Amino acid sequence: MKLHMLAHSRTGDKGDTSNISIIAYRAEDYPLLCEQLTAERVAEFFAGLRELDAPPVRRYELPSVQGLNFVLPGILRGGVTRSLALDAHGKCLGSALLDLDLITPT
Amino acid sequence: MNTLRIGSGAGYSGDRIEPAVELAEQGDLDYLVFECLAERTIALAQQVRISDPQGGYDPLLGERMHRVLPFVGRLAGRRRLRVITNMGAANPLAAAIEVRRIAAELGLGLKVVAVVGDDVLHALPGEQLLDNGQTVASLGERLISANAYLGVDGILEALRVDADVVITGRVADPSLFLAPQMFEFGWAADDWQRLGRGTLVGHLLECAGQVSGGYFADPGFKDVDDLACLGFPLAEVDADGHALITKVTGSGGRISRATCAEQLIYEVHDPAAYLTPDVTADFSQVGFVEENVDRVRIQGADGRARPEQLKVSVGYLDGWIGEGQMSYGGPGAVARAQLARDVVLKRLELMGVKMQEVRAELIGIDALHGQRSSVEPWEVRLRVAARCEERSEAVRVGNEVETLYTNGPSGGGGASKNVRQVVAVASLLLPRESVKVRIEV
Repeated sequence: MKLHMLAHSRTGDKGDTSNISIIAYRAEDYPLLCEQLTAERVAEFFAGLRELDAPPVRRYELPSVQGLNFVLPGILRGGVTRSLALDAHGKCLGSALLDLDLITPT
Repeated sequence: MNTLRIGSGAGYSGDRIEPAVELAEQGDLDYLVFECLAERTIALAQQVRISDPQGGYDPLLGERMHRVLPFVGRLAGRRRLRVITNMGAANPLAAAIEVRRIAAELGLGLKVVAVVGDDVLHALPGEQLLDNGQTVASLGERLISANAYLGVDGILEALRVDADVVITGRVADPSLFLAPQMFEFGWAADDWQRLGRGTLVGHLLECAGQVSGGYFADPGFKDVDDLACLGFPLAEVDADGHALITKVTGSGGRISRATCAEQLIYEVHDPAAYLTPDVTADFSQVGFVEENVDRVRIQGADGRARPEQLKVSVGYLDGWIGEGQMSYGGPGAVARAQLARDVVLKRLELMGVKMQEVRAELIGIDALHGQRSSVEPWEVRLRVAARCEERSEAVRVGNEVETLYTNGPSGGGGASKNVRQVVAVASLLLPRESVKVRIEV
C-alpha cells in the first residue's frame, strides 16, 4: 500500500534544509508509520537528490497530531536563493514521499 | 480583555488582499497582522532602496493600507482594530511616512509608529563567520543587507504609545502575533509557558491561508471548498494563552485538525525547541480538538528560556542564473528532448561559456525528483539553467536553448529564456546587546 493512502504531508524550507511532515489520517495507523518510516528509509528515498556529504536525516515524533517530522539537511543544494532547481524551495518533496510503499498487515 | 481576536492578513509579500479586507471588515478583530518577509525579501528590498532612498518597503503596502485602514482605529460599535506588519522591509521609516500619507488622504486620524534597529549592516564584525563558512569581510562589495530577527520589544513599545499601525522591518514572524498578546494580557517577558503558547498562535497564523485550507487540497484525499475565496484565519486567545483557530463564517477554505497539524510542523526542525528571539517554544506535545466546523482548539504548547543570541540574515550578490526552456510533443518527444539536452550541453562546452554550475533536465520526466517513472508522457519540456559569475555569460545559456529552433532536433516549440541576478542569503548569530531597537513616532 502506498503511504498516500494513510497519510498527508507538507514540506517547509530553511536555508538548504527541508523538513517534511508525514501525518496519519487515522490515529490507529500512526504506530505503523513510526515503525516503517525510519530516517534511513527516507534518506534512501531521496538518495539521488541530497549532497553526498550532507548530515544525516533526522526524525522527530509528534504523537498528539499522529505526525512525524523529517529534517533533511543539504537537499536544497545551496538553498532557495542559489539553487538551480526548478523547485528551489523543495516544496514538491513531501508529495513525492507519499509514493513510498508500506507493508500492511493482511 | 477576556478574549483577544487576532487575524492574519498575509502569508507572504504578494499574497491575496481581499481575504485581509474581509477579516478587517467582518472578523470583529482587535489586531490584523500582515507577515510579508520571506528569507530573501529584505535583501531584494535593500537593492531597491539603494536606487530609491524613499523606497525599499513592500510593493503592496499602499494597496493593502488603502483597503484596510478605513476599518482601523476606534469606530462606533466596533472593537478597536490595530494593524501590525513587517511590510517596512528595508525601510520602515519611509513605509510609515507612506501610511501616514494614505491615512491623511482617507481623512483618518491614525497614529503610525515605525520600529527600527533590525538593520545591522554597518555593525557586523568583518571576521565573523557565516553559516556557509565564509567571513563577512570576504563578501566585500557583494554584501547588500544584514538584518537581525527582532522579537516583541519594539512592537510592545509602539503599542504602549498607542499606535494604531505598527510598521517593522525584520521581526521573527511569530513575534508579530505574540506582541499584541503580551501587551493586552500583561504577560511578563519571562513567562515562558504563556510565551510558548502565544508563539504557537503566531506560528499557526503567520502563513495566513496555509492553516485555513490553502496549500492543503489533494482531490479525493483532502478536499477543500471554495479555494478561490479562501478565508484567512483568526485566533481567539484568552489571558492564559489558550486559543482556538477559526475564520470568518461563509468564507472559503477549511480549518480542521489536519490543516492545523500540517501548519504546526511547517518549517519546524526539532518541535521541542522552536527558537525565536522571545522564547524557546515547545510544540512537541501540541494537539488539536475540533470544537465545531472550522473551529479548532489548540492544546499543549509550552516554552523555556529564550536563546541568548539573535539570528541575523545576511544578503549578498552571488552572480547570475541564466535559463532557457523548449518543449517537445507527440511520439518520440522524450528522445528528441534528450537529444536537445545533449546538444545544448555540448554547445555550452564548445563555446567556452564560463559556468560555476549547470543543470539540464526534462520537465515532466526528471526535473523535480530525478527519474521515478518509465511512463512516456505526450509532452516534455527541456530546461537548462546555469549559475555564472558574469551576466554576459549567463545570457548565453538561454540563447543556446533558443537556437534549438533552427539547429536542434525536430519539432521544438515555445522557447523561453531569462537571466536573473542571484541574491543569496546566509546567516550568523549576534549577541542581543549589539542590536539596539527603537521606535519612531
